[in-house]
Amino acid sequence: MSAPAARSAPASAAVVRRYRAEPVWVPWVFLAPFLLTFGVFLVWPLIQSVVMACQQTFGPKSTAWVGLANFSFLLQDPLFWKAVSNTALFAAGSVFLQLPVSLGLALLLNRPGLRGRTVFRLVFFAPSLVGLVFVGLLFSLIFAPRTGLVNSVLHDFFPAFDPEFPWLQIYVMPALILAALWLYAGFNMVYFLAALQGVPEELMEAAALDGAGPWHRFRHVVLPEILPVGTFVVLMSLLGSLQLFELPYILLIGAGPDNRGLTIVMYLYDNGFVTGDLGYASAVGWVLALLMGSFALGQRWLNKRQEES
Amino acid sequence: MSLSHAQRQKLLLIPIYIALTVAGIFTLIPFAWLVCAAFKTNADIFTSNFLPLGDGFLGVAWGRLTLVNFVRLFKELGIGVALTNSIFLSATSALLATFCCSLAGYALAKFRFAGRGLVTSLVLAALVVPGSLLMAPGYKLLYDLGLLNSFAGLILPGLTPAFGVFLFRQAMVNAVPATLIESARIDGAGEFRIFFTIVLPLVRPMIGAYLMITFLGTWNNFIGPQIVLQDPDSFPLSVAINQLRGLYGTDYGLIMSGTMVSIAPVLALFLLLQKEFIAGLTSGAVKG
Repeated sequence: MSAPAARSAPASAAVVRRYRAEPVWVPWVFLAPFLLTFGVFLVWPLIQSVVMACQQTFGPKSTAWVGLANFSFLLQDPLFWKAVSNTALFAAGSVFLQLPVSLGLALLLNRPGLRGRTVFRLVFFAPSLVGLVFVGLLFSLIFAPRTGLVNSVLHDFFPAFDPEFPWLQIYVMPALILAALWLYAGFNMVYFLAALQGVPEELMEAAALDGAGPWHRFRHVVLPEILPVGTFVVLMSLLGSLQLFELPYILLIGAGPDNRGLTIVMYLYDNGFVTGDLGYASAVGWVLALLMGSFALGQRWLNKRQEES
Repeated sequence: MSLSHAQRQKLLLIPIYIALTVAGIFTLIPFAWLVCAAFKTNADIFTSNFLPLGDGFLGVAWGRLTLVNFVRLFKELGIGVALTNSIFLSATSALLATFCCSLAGYALAKFRFAGRGLVTSLVLAALVVPGSLLMAPGYKLLYDLGLLNSFAGLILPGLTPAFGVFLFRQAMVNAVPATLIESARIDGAGEFRIFFTIVLPLVRPMIGAYLMITFLGTWNNFIGPQIVLQDPDSFPLSVAINQLRGLYGTDYGLIMSGTMVSIAPVLALFLLLQKEFIAGLTSGAVKG
């Protein structure tokens, strides 16, 4: 056998050669599935959707060029504006009701010395595993006249309450917002809780020693620390709300009375897949994408301002 | 009588426990109500809120609980087919997406090559494209490719979601030491072997979380199969249950048991994997 020193020299030369030669093709092979699906199922449909937005179609086959007529019709269609205002109302409900509840639950759970945190977190998180379809079904049963949970409990406690009260005919938006609260409160809570656990312990103790009460500690220590996660959660809720479709579609079996449950995506779906005008649906898609993009840009701008100040 | 600091802290916890318990009860009530109703006859659904009252143990008429709804669902209405479809679609999508996303994420995290920056920005760009924008042109594309009314038409578009690529890239940048990969190469290990035996075990929590995320996403997807599939025998639970509601809307016991069959498997899966799932969920999204 040769001496160790003599063996190691050619080996390290081989290392250098191998290391340089090896990975050139490898990353591209590993990226191939992504690049293929990205090209076929994202870039190509995106290009198509620009063309289609200027067409009127009847099913996937027959098309007619209409230029920007889809957009001008869209902007004049009262039904579209109804969908926009419903969606905005729902988004407001999400941000101003759901997120404070999520933050509140997270603050309660983050209390030092609390036992059973894992169990509570599990319970609150469980609804977000249930798909929107199934939540829609479940809440349509909960709000149902006579057999529904809400009516039968109310009737048990207040015999004067009419067990046939049609919640889903009268309180459309509150029912939607309530169902979404049940579904998402625990989901957003997980994010807030993770952020709260990142607030440095020393900072809280120092503030307490300086005589800051619970509100001041929250306002001046906790809130600035969790603000980045907060704006992220707000943006996610807004973008999610803008894409609301399945929950009202299932809960109300369509757009609901007087279209009070019609959302932008339901409007898109109805036009594209019920009426069959995929071109018009593409135009709606672009308007929605612009709306979502402007929210995302707004959030970035806000974040920048916070960092500067 | 004065309390010590520790005792005061303990007392302050009591209202917090009460608030959390109340919130927990409100969270669990819809589940409990659903499960109770699924095991009741329609007559009992009309007369009792949760369990039918009687003179059995705890004042409940246990004998009136019934499996009749489930028997009808599986024997007469063939919901087993939809259940199988859901399991097949979700498992296939989850496995394929996790494999493809972890491969792509590994390439972006651990290889230096010309074009890496470009591909990374493609991933980020894909993240911001809203799904609803792709609905109409995507339908036309599936039509052109002859993939409508097929499972492939549902699985292929979700083969490598940019979100997953991004998550795995983030996880692998820190969790996989470059020296480990280099020494494996020196030892002569092939690139796929390195990926399977060294890289993947290091991001096990992320794999568990992402499998769960994609499984859930596919299981709960309604609009995709609603648009793509036409043959009732190929419907997953989300579409099948909604159809069932359209046909038997007033048969509450049937709809409730169907909803329960649709929800229970994912809840059970989550209970098994919950630790990894929540860890992966927050690590991916909050750090960024």
